[in-house]
Amino acid sequence: MIEAACLVALACACLAIVLTLYRLARGPHVLDRVLALDTLTINAIALVVIVGLWYRTPMYFEASLLFAMVGFLTTVAFCKYLLRGNVIE
Amino acid sequence: MTVIAEALIAALIVGGAFFLLVGSIGLVKLPDLMRRLHGPSKATTLGIGALLVASMLTFAFLEGNPSVHELLIALFLFLTAPVTAQMISKAYILDEARRGRDDLPGTGRPLGWATLDPAPCETEPGTSGRLAWRSPKKSLSYSAFSLG
Repeated sequence: MIEAACLVALACACLAIVLTLYRLARGPHVLDRVLALDTLTINAIALVVIVGLWYRTPMYFEASLLFAMVGFLTTVAFCKYLLRGNVIE
Repeated sequence: MTVIAEALIAALIVGGAFFLLVGSIGLVKLPDLMRRLHGPSKATTLGIGALLVASMLTFAFLEGNPSVHELLIALFLFLTAPVTAQMISKAYILDEARRGRDDLPGTGRPLGWATLDPAPCETEPGTSGRLAWRSPKKSLSYSAFSLG
């Protein structure tokens, strides 16, 4: 049962990544692309968590934690650059 | 017992994946950035939250070694999602104001967006204690844009 649920969830996460990539390519404003990158990170975390559930191993949690931290830092750095023209002043 | 736990875990996985999909569909379908911000926050909180709860239940009930790594990820994501949304919306508001475009939705108040208009704090002499609302056009001073 869990394997079937993992298959459905993997399909949903991949579809979500494709939709996010559409917004990343299309996005009229720069910040649309920043938001799309942030959502892409969220979807990647979900993908890693689902793969960890599929293989029943706790090995992937460090990967998803690193994705969460790097995604947050990237978004904040992009927004800071767009606000001030500089990241660290 | 195991069957119940498996059913609960499967339901949580499918529900989390559903909310991920909802977030990305919202990101594609909604018409402007201020509305597009709503979609991914659902994906972050409900989608990732349900998936991490499912993972915790799996390792606690089916594998026999309970772990709290997932709580760490959930806590970090729940703390950073509002910060991210606020930074993106603030950068968007200031960029629209800099370019002089008027695409921002109205606030429904005499004041504009809080990023552009300072709060009504002082009382003017002739108004006998009423709050002095500044008009949005006058107070659009670009020197107030420092965010530290």
